[in-house]
Amino acid sequence: MALARIQVPPQAKRGEPVEVRIVIQHPMETGFRRDANGVRQRRNAIVALVCRYGGVEVLRAITSPGVAANPTLRFHLRAEKTGDLEFWWIDDDDVEGSAKAQLVVV
Amino acid sequence: MKRRRFLALSLISLPFSTAGQPNAHVSTIDPLVRSFTGGKDVLPGKVTLVLPRIADNGHSVPMTVTVDSPMTPAEHVRAVHLISEKNPVRDMASFYFGPHLARAEFSSRLRLNGSQRVVAIAELSDGSFWSDMVQIEVREAACTED
Repeated sequence: MALARIQVPPQAKRGEPVEVRIVIQHPMETGFRRDANGVRQRRNAIVALVCRYGGVEVLRAITSPGVAANPTLRFHLRAEKTGDLEFWWIDDDDVEGSAKAQLVVV
Repeated sequence: MKRRRFLALSLISLPFSTAGQPNAHVSTIDPLVRSFTGGKDVLPGKVTLVLPRIADNGHSVPMTVTVDSPMTPAEHVRAVHLISEKNPVRDMASFYFGPHLARAEFSSRLRLNGSQRVVAIAELSDGSFWSDMVQIEVREAACTED
């Protein structure tokens, strides 16, 4: 399972924008690269990513090898209530990954 | 051959782009664009795509998209599509969101196969489409097609 790191501020004020950053450890193999032995590396990239906040889907990304290796995403959520920020993604090998962080709203 | 085809295609699409639509960098007869817009006009403005003018290599190019939208339930951005001119996979990424985001802005990193034009198309909640284009010079392409 891929590793990921989510960055959210330790606390957020209700109604304020909160900067959310995520970095996922993934090669995003293009399918055009060859390794040192000249063997073509099979395409394996994250194809979809979903972010839920408090159980509600807030962002969905359909991605391709056009997104750099170790994909990052930064966006601004509107802080509503304390809840879990859940990320889920799937790659070309049907390997799923997920990561979770808590957003504390005061 | 590819270049010849491209040149021929651009010659064909030239009269269309000058007559039918206000911004020439998005061809509404492009099947990929059509798959997002359903044939609607793509207007210039509202979207700002930020990419460096020059990238030493195309492996990881920082990108930010900002859309002029208040992000309220009544008026928000539905989706942003990123289209590459020269990548083997032209539809690089699509982002779908809504009023849960506080700002119509997000950043990520792209992989670019050489100097090219990158286009961002945004779909707003009123059903209109807006776009921006950036010409970027990439010194070392991220992938080689063979």
